[in-house]
Amino acid sequence: MSDRNSSATIPLLDDTETTLSAAEIAGIDAEIAHAPYRSAVAIDALKIVQAHRGWVSDESLRAIARHLHMSAAELDGIATFYNLIFRRPVGEKVILLCNSISCWIKGCEGLQQQITQQLGIGLGETTGDNRYTLLPVTCLGACDKAPVLMVGEDLHEDVDAQTLRQLFDNSGGGA
Amino acid sequence: MPTITIDGVHYEVEQGKNLLESCLSLGLDLPYFCWHPAMGSIGACRQCAVVQYQNAEDTRGRIVMGCMTPVSDGAIFSLAGDKAQQFREAIVESLMLNHPHDCPVCAEGGECHLQDMTVMVGHRDRHYRGRKNTHRNQYLGPLINHEMNRCITCYRCTRYYRDYAGGTDLAAMAAHDHIYFGRHQEGVLQSEFAGNLVEVCPTGVFTDKSLVHDYTRKWDLQSAPSVCTGCAVGCNTMPGERYGRLKRVHNRFNAEVNGYFLCDRGRFGAGFVNSDKALEYPGLRQADGRYRALDHHEALLRMAQQCAQGRVAGIGSPRASVEANYLLRQLVGADNFAPGFSDTEQVLVSLALQLQADSAALVPDIATIESADAVLILGEDVTNTAPRIALALRQSVRNKAYELAAELKLETWQDAAIRNLAQHQRSPLFIAAVADTPLDDVATQCLYLAPASIAALGQAVAAGLGGGDSKAATDNAAGALPRAIQAEAAAITAALAGAKRPLVIAGTTCGSAAILRAAAEVASALCSGARQTMLCLCVPEANSLGQAILAGPDAPNLTTLQQRASAGEIDTLVVLENDLYRRGNEAQIDALLAACSQVIVLDGLDNATTSAANLVLPAANFAESEGTLVSLEGRAQRYFPVFQPQAERRAAWVWLLACLKEMERSEVYPLHHFDDITRACAADIPALAGITAAAPDLHYLNLGVKIPRQPARYSGRTAMRANISVHEPKQREDEETPLAFTMEGLNRDQPGALLPWVWAPGWNSNQSVHKFQTEAGGPLKGGTAGARLLHPGGSRNRTNTRPVAGDAAAENSGVSGAQPGLWQLVPRPRIFGSDELSAMSPALAELVSPGFIELCPADAAGLGIDTGDGVEVGDQLATLELRVNDSMAAGCAGYGAGLAGTGNLRALARVSLRRAETWQRRPGLIASDRGAGPGSSHV
Repeated sequence: MSDRNSSATIPLLDDTETTLSAAEIAGIDAEIAHAPYRSAVAIDALKIVQAHRGWVSDESLRAIARHLHMSAAELDGIATFYNLIFRRPVGEKVILLCNSISCWIKGCEGLQQQITQQLGIGLGETTGDNRYTLLPVTCLGACDKAPVLMVGEDLHEDVDAQTLRQLFDNSGGGA
Repeated sequence: MPTITIDGVHYEVEQGKNLLESCLSLGLDLPYFCWHPAMGSIGACRQCAVVQYQNAEDTRGRIVMGCMTPVSDGAIFSLAGDKAQQFREAIVESLMLNHPHDCPVCAEGGECHLQDMTVMVGHRDRHYRGRKNTHRNQYLGPLINHEMNRCITCYRCTRYYRDYAGGTDLAAMAAHDHIYFGRHQEGVLQSEFAGNLVEVCPTGVFTDKSLVHDYTRKWDLQSAPSVCTGCAVGCNTMPGERYGRLKRVHNRFNAEVNGYFLCDRGRFGAGFVNSDKALEYPGLRQADGRYRALDHHEALLRMAQQCAQGRVAGIGSPRASVEANYLLRQLVGADNFAPGFSDTEQVLVSLALQLQADSAALVPDIATIESADAVLILGEDVTNTAPRIALALRQSVRNKAYELAAELKLETWQDAAIRNLAQHQRSPLFIAAVADTPLDDVATQCLYLAPASIAALGQAVAAGLGGGDSKAATDNAAGALPRAIQAEAAAITAALAGAKRPLVIAGTTCGSAAILRAAAEVASALCSGARQTMLCLCVPEANSLGQAILAGPDAPNLTTLQQRASAGEIDTLVVLENDLYRRGNEAQIDALLAACSQVIVLDGLDNATTSAANLVLPAANFAESEGTLVSLEGRAQRYFPVFQPQAERRAAWVWLLACLKEMERSEVYPLHHFDDITRACAADIPALAGITAAAPDLHYLNLGVKIPRQPARYSGRTAMRANISVHEPKQREDEETPLAFTMEGLNRDQPGALLPWVWAPGWNSNQSVHKFQTEAGGPLKGGTAGARLLHPGGSRNRTNTRPVAGDAAAENSGVSGAQPGLWQLVPRPRIFGSDELSAMSPALAELVSPGFIELCPADAAGLGIDTGDGVEVGDQLATLELRVNDSMAAGCAGYGAGLAGTGNLRALARVSLRRAETWQRRPGLIASDRGAGPGSSHV
């Protein structure tokens, strides 16, 4: 658009900004090859960068936006819409604790309390050793096995206090 | 026309409209938020819910959204039914869950659509006792304030900003109950039309920052119908005043010109009225060079004396009203009256006038520009010179989408559906310019060419269409037009030939007569068959076209006057509202002013010319006076005083008329009022005969009373001057216009040119404008403001159209061929700063960039300089900062026309460039930001 900001020749932040790695670019370009236009792969690109970096920082987001020829605001609108695109740093593994109706009936609130007790973190928090981040999620698609949670890539079904002790006690995390 | 039933009453409504529009047009109050007459429906807010019944037997009905429901014959609706009312109240209550109860401190309070709708649905008691969401606000620049907590997520802001105005830096972030409308990072909103968010937002999220910091409620503002002086488009405005200060500018609806939207230069640029450079008292330069303030009687006597003796010449101004210019012309005589353009501009504006008058093509108003289905822009960067046209062009490229929608029988108001259908498909828009322009993102193709090549491209297109001067075109095609561009010319030809409503745009900014002629040739070649061809030639200032009509093609220019002055033929020079140093080289103007023994200047703000004057008379600005301006489409429009002139300022026409009377010039004896001057001018200059129709004269009464500038709730009239006296004086009577400086009167159904503010019972916000319209979104009931002087599509003789003699500088643009070691200067105006007066507005001051030179990377590398280095232009013409611009045509040097330091640069001049050795690069402004990148360590 116009050059409203150009009256001052402060070196643009972009000069020192992060760039996408070769692997990330390769991954994103592979998606672009199947898309009608570059910005169509916005979500995939965010996922690819998140896979490499754990989360999507402002700098990463702007790098993706530049690569996709879209505005940072537009991409940020997409990134912040999806709660599994992390716009803040997360631990090595993200615990996604389902709190939708089946899991609620089956006692997910108790599970959350127990996780907080074991790891010392509440919802949206990360353990001091950066191993776990605890987040609520609205359904993991396994209602027949409620209550369920995911730790990293692994889905755990019919979770009870015992499962949680096994999962986190010998992990040495936070407790 | 379908007949529908609403609450048992039969109404005839217009086919193709939705129910919400129809209800509003019928005068029924149906609440809404997300719908906007210019942006259509998306059905997001659920506020316009009504009950629709299947048939007469159906007693239960179902809830439908008014804005998403087409009217069809026999349809039965209920607005007043309990079910619909309860639903609408519940919607407002849910929107209010997180809305702060901060109306008393909110800048929107008193003109808030959310307040109006809340009252309208009858929602009073809040049942929610929970904690409200809070957000962090963003800094969005010096123009717009952000208060996100007040958001009701209607999405109007992003729909306007992104979809309508093409902005890319405002988006909806996050989801469900924490949606956030803002930028990715804090910073200045980049769209040139961002200010409309203030009026588009139905609540107080986006508000006018200068109003917030110098606040007055809408009901305490005194307003008058006015016309923007920022450029030649002539957008209609409603400036508001309190305590002698201009507080804000709001849009005044005009169906044919600006519709609902202004540009930011217009909205925020009028602040120059409050500038501390405003002249307050007449002044006389004494022998020691100081100014002595004069009593206005004495000033007038001196002016009359000096004008009565010796030989007098006058320089008018394209930014002053027709009436003031006319009186100056009467004072000095037509032979001694220069219109006040630069020499080149004088030729070009006259040429633009003649080409439009002679063209068989339609000279479109702004609304008609939106209907164009193929557009060719030759050389003009409209976003920076006539911004509102750029916003119209952004709508014109959507005509492809409307065509696709028509095939599917989708109504035009189905906004989301139509955008989804068309995706990136747009009507053709071709831009030939010297470098990138802000419209490039919606263009089919952008060609960055030197001015001579742009003209050659136009000639080639005209020749391709079977018109124009085919020999010239062939010559140029061989010479100036690169082979690669010839293919593009063919593509442009094909697109224009295939269009039903093609539009050609050019302008005077390039300084090239050849480009204007080429544009007219393309338009005339298109004027065949069933096409509705349009030709729009942009001129620079609010009254440029009127001034060209008034002065005529034979008027002396500045150089002629300077030569006469130097030959001792001018004793007294009267300059009307014109800073001559913006019109000619410093040396030339110095010579002109030095050669006249008396220089009398009438102007509003202190500038270089007033500093060089012997006698200065303070002229009232547009907000303090009345006048007629002729816009680029040849529309004569009247602006009215919003408030009385402050200090000793008088309207320029008042000074000039008093001076003429003092001189006992009998021809002005019959002139008593402003309207008399308008009529005398119309009688004197046949081509200006239409200006009397711009607005009703002072004798107009609305059902027997005047039109009030103050709303009925105007408060504190005694209190606001209690520091002077507790006795409220009689309100001053307005003896010049049909408006009154009071609350008394009738603001309803009057002619559109006389609409000072909008309000209707229950509708305190600007949405109340629909109560003044013949139908929702339609023209005003009292008629559209302004009188067209150029008759659309009429090649009938209107002006004194003799062929305009080309001046060498302007015509020479056709001469191509770069000269080694010389660059051609091409103007690159900026929306903020290139216009003289708006650049003085405090709100815009920090957005005005210093002067600059733009070169393409190869040219910059050849000179061994880079962005941020200094460039010396010509023989000490200017020293400016370089910006390397990838898109700049090679051999051209763009310069920030009108910006500081560019006063000596003239379009199309060939100049040498070299590195300015003594130049100091500007460092980053914030010292602590320097070197703060990764790796730098701060202890």
